[in-house]
Amino acid sequence: MTQTGAYNDKVMDHFRNPRNVGELEHPDGVGTAGNPVCGDIMEISIQVEDDVIKDVRFRTFGCGAAIATSSMTTEMVKGKTIDEALAVSNKAVAEALGGLPPIKMHCSVLAEEALRSAIDDYRRRNGKS
Amino acid sequence: MKRIYLDHAATTPTAPEVAQAMLPYLSGVYGNASSLHSFGLEARTAVEEARARIASFMGAKPEEIVFTSGGTESDNFIIKGFALSRRNKGNHIITSSIEHHAVLETCKFLQGQGFSVTYLPVDENGLVNPDDVKKAITAETILISVMHGNNEIGTIEPIAEIGAVAREHGVAFHSDAVQTFGHIPIDVNDLQVDFLSVSAHKLYGPKGIGLTYVRNGMKIIPLLHGGDQERRRRASTLNIPGIVGFGRAVELAGSDMRAELSRQSVLRDRLASGLLSAVEDSRLNGHPIRRLPNNVNISFAFVEGEGLLLNLDMEGIAVSTGSACTSSSLEPSHVLAAIGLPVELAHGSLRFSLGRDTTQQDIERVLQVMPGIVYRLRAMSPLARKGATA
Ligand code: FES
Repeated sequence: MTQTGAYNDKVMDHFRNPRNVGELEHPDGVGTAGNPVCGDIMEISIQVEDDVIKDVRFRTFGCGAAIATSSMTTEMVKGKTIDEALAVSNKAVAEALGGLPPIKMHCSVLAEEALRSAIDDYRRRNGKS
Repeated sequence: MKRIYLDHAATTPTAPEVAQAMLPYLSGVYGNASSLHSFGLEARTAVEEARARIASFMGAKPEEIVFTSGGTESDNFIIKGFALSRRNKGNHIITSSIEHHAVLETCKFLQGQGFSVTYLPVDENGLVNPDDVKKAITAETILISVMHGNNEIGTIEPIAEIGAVAREHGVAFHSDAVQTFGHIPIDVNDLQVDFLSVSAHKLYGPKGIGLTYVRNGMKIIPLLHGGDQERRRRASTLNIPGIVGFGRAVELAGSDMRAELSRQSVLRDRLASGLLSAVEDSRLNGHPIRRLPNNVNISFAFVEGEGLLLNLDMEGIAVSTGSACTSSSLEPSHVLAAIGLPVELAHGSLRFSLGRDTTQQDIERVLQVMPGIVYRLRAMSPLARKGATA
């Protein structure tokens, strides 16, 4: 499954040119998630204004699918309200990427969990939870 | 863009001479080697020529060679077949923790059948200590199986020393020589082995053919029952084109093995030292000297192997993370775990395996693109140390 051929063009595009890579300088929330299956790690930081995710950055130590789903997740939640962002599931991200090889579905959970943890952090900082 | 294949440990390209030699046996010469008529005789002659050539290449007798479908079958055949034939003599097998899955899974299967197995540890370079083998032997021990050259990290095991220990204790000794046969000199008497497993496609031969060396006098129960082929050690119509191609591949190895051994070793060392100096926080896995002439295994800290592999593939460079057989598994390599590599480092490991077609320019090209790829991935890694990502 580690052959380029295992990933479609859309996944490869996000792997090659990942969107929103890095760290925000003044984040309103930061979250990390570790993948218990493979030990890979992802980190997301968000900037929130009026309940809307204004900006988002990620860093990932993981496989091609992990990087591509991280990238796609940041694209999908940018500009969304917190509640809308929480409704973005790992399945929706995988679908938006045109599908993942079955053995790589677990990788997409990483981004969903990192995002949730960043939102929890934001809520904690703002006394909303 | 010229594509660069650095995955020869997974499989080698079939040599044109090998394909050429096989052609007549895919069409004109189609007899069954077991038939008594002239069609059968033609096929039989070709098989026996190949058998004699391959046997003499390893210092064996022709009747000690049993053709199989490849390395996995050979490992299964010997370990299961010998364990079953000695069942009433003892139930203990000794192997190492860095064997190929064809050995490890077979041993696990036998554990389920009432055998007990000792998996010996290795040191940080991947070496099995012959003293550990000696200490593990009990009155119940019937078989020792230690690979010749490791497919992932390239370490060459002290087979002759382990063979001597096995002899001294009257225990049979098997070695999986899939990565070494045709690449470094092998003599079954110098190595003091009773069984060897070999696969043709790792030495520019066809896929689907391999062999087992079975020392005269060693009784073994077949995996396949049926006809009388291979002196009743493996039933099945012989794969004539495969055997002929295998024979030709061994002939080619006989003519260039020593030259290739030194040529590839130089390229190997250039690649390894070039990568280690061009990329900070990288390390070579496996023994620095006792290693396969074509193997470089490097861990790049803070990044994950698949990302490296995909980036190299985009540059037309084919390498592998861990061993090819396990690249769909998510578990870090059992070999890298056995040499004590932390999980994150094991995750960022690549195996480059060189071959006859590898040139100096190929190596320079890898050295040119690799640092950029690593640093690009480090820039997006949460594990990277600040300042290490420049
Ligand atoms: S294999 Fe670990 S995230 Fe994909």
